Amino acid sequence: MSPPPFTTLTGVAAPMPQDNIDTDVIFPARFLLITARDGLGTYAFHDRRTDADYVLNQPAFRDPPFLVAGDNFGSGSSREQAVWALTGLGVRCVIAPGFGEIFHGNCLRNGLLPITLAADCVARLLDAAAAQETFTVDLSAQTLTVSGDILVFDITPERKAALLNGWDETSLLLTSHAAAIDAFEARQCRQQPWLYPQDASA
Amino acid sequence: MSQNQHVKMPEPARTLYRKLWDSHVVADLSDDEALLYIDRHLLHEVSSPQAFVAMREAGRRLRRPGTHYAVADHAVPTQSPRRDHARAGTIADPQAAAQIAELEANVADFAVAYAGLDSDEQGIVHVIGPESGFTLPGTTIVCGDSHTTTHGAFGALAFGIGASEQGTVMAAQCLRQTRARTMRVTLIGERPPLLAAKDIALAFIAAVGAHGAAGHAVEFAGPIVTAMSMAERMTLCNMAIEAGSRIGLVAPDVTTFAFLEGRRLAPRGTSWPAAVAYWRTFASDPGAVFDRELVIDVSTLAPQVSWGTTPAQTLPVGAALPDPAAIADPAQRQQAEAALTYMDLTPGQSLLGVPITHAFIGSCTNGRIEDLRAAAAIVRGRHVAPGVEAIVVPGSAATRIAAEAEGLDAVFTAAGFEWRLPGCSMCVAMNDDRLSPGDRCASTSNRNFEGRQGHGGRTHLMSPAMAAAAAIAGAITDAREMA
Repeated sequence: MSPPPFTTLTGVAAPMPQDNIDTDVIFPARFLLITARDGLGTYAFHDRRTDADYVLNQPAFRDPPFLVAGDNFGSGSSREQAVWALTGLGVRCVIAPGFGEIFHGNCLRNGLLPITLAADCVARLLDAAAAQETFTVDLSAQTLTVSGDILVFDITPERKAALLNGWDETSLLLTSHAAAIDAFEARQCRQQPWLYPQDASA
Repeated sequence: MSQNQHVKMPEPARTLYRKLWDSHVVADLSDDEALLYIDRHLLHEVSSPQAFVAMREAGRRLRRPGTHYAVADHAVPTQSPRRDHARAGTIADPQAAAQIAELEANVADFAVAYAGLDSDEQGIVHVIGPESGFTLPGTTIVCGDSHTTTHGAFGALAFGIGASEQGTVMAAQCLRQTRARTMRVTLIGERPPLLAAKDIALAFIAAVGAHGAAGHAVEFAGPIVTAMSMAERMTLCNMAIEAGSRIGLVAPDVTTFAFLEGRRLAPRGTSWPAAVAYWRTFASDPGAVFDRELVIDVSTLAPQVSWGTTPAQTLPVGAALPDPAAIADPAQRQQAEAALTYMDLTPGQSLLGVPITHAFIGSCTNGRIEDLRAAAAIVRGRHVAPGVEAIVVPGSAATRIAAEAEGLDAVFTAAGFEWRLPGCSMCVAMNDDRLSPGDRCASTSNRNFEGRQGHGGRTHLMSPAMAAAAAIAGAITDAREMA
């Protein structure tokens, strides 16, 4: 399934200053019984949204294209539903000092751009987000612009190209590395035949 | 390269992680990124449906069906309306029933091996992988589940992935990965009686923080690890993710080989000695350099209990809880305040004597036979306190059968524990085993996140002996006083 391409994005950012916002908070486990991947935005931060004052219940932040969060955002479970819930809510970019690693990988495969910036920088962005300033990201230029300040962020060239073009990783691997995969298997089958029981008994 | 080059350069010393990485590179993509070959894929009902949908939409088939193994564990009930404890066809929750039926249809369509609901191999994915011999040293193992770190206890490169990556593994048997930095945690000192692997894991997480090992593959080493059972090593590696690391590792050794020999899917005949000889090469070389080193002297450790809403918010039993007012860092102060409020605890208090409503013994962290024995040793001849709902959920059917053969089920039921059927149960609260708002649970599981065991529920992570002691006392207590 190809993710939507990511080029530029402009809009408000919902501030979530807490550290360690885990995937159980983003998408409570009881909703994992749903097997669809569409329509999960309703469940994003479900148990936090029961508080009328919660940031996502404030009119300005109801459908935020950006989130600015504390450290270790998306820690915990591997559930990709956490990412689908965010994209379902309209979020396409999350900025934090650090991310749960599996969550980070899941973002990249779904056209959601995770930006890692230093904690002091994120602290300033949290203030700007709370003041409802406009955030603009240009992936090609690797810049985040907030009230005239231009911040540069890192991303590997491969990840950047995949996001810009909305490439499906599986198709990419199958088309560009098929021969290498075949060669690896032939080599491994000789070295560790016990990993190829079917081939041995055939 | 010169053709008359005869002098072979000495091999640079490598870490266990680097050896696992190097032996699975299909193609180098950049300095620290590669396409890695994936030998093994475990599936469960919750994270796999969308991967199968993607396979169907793209018209793809599994590249190697024999490398996948599926089981339902997260959503399965742990009770059965039938006298023979059969669960197939009895699931009352329509969503859970539909999810499990979808898994069963998928494994049938794609010819994936499946441990059915009433099979002797059903259980938590991270318990049955090792028990069946599906988990082997020197392999790469993935699963749509963050606690896949568990399998690293066998010297396998094992990590949790999302559903999209599962689809990639199904079709291409490979994943693009970024090479992790390395961290060695060396456990030394004289291990005190009753100090569980869980206590060591929690103390490690508290020491480095919930994000402290992010970006690192963590190898547990040293004399304490060498002396540990496979169950204990699995508990350690299982919890590595709670320090932010996707990968926990222990080098395979005689304990590993003795555990695996004769397992259903382990190599047999002439393959066995060949496999063991190959597996022995998976140890960090003397002189291998780690990016970070941490030494923990376990002789100084006491049983650990989490007090907050991340596993890093853990203290030795009896210690005074932190006072947020004394924490300088604003983010940490806010985190501590929020955790104390959610947990309904006050700064400076001790957890000793805090009443519980529930005790849960089970999960991929502590649902193995050794864990049940440790809990039963505390429980034997005692009774669960009035008002406490205490359940024991074996990690697998095989564990349940083994425990019953030893009479552990009778020890637990005589004491007022419920003896359940295997599954993830109250660790993830996706079935009907869950806390209600305000409930407080002494739990052997791995996460104390807000709502993890049920909306509004409060979790205290601890070892099986400590959870058993809390169930008996009706409050958090020091299990050493009951031993």
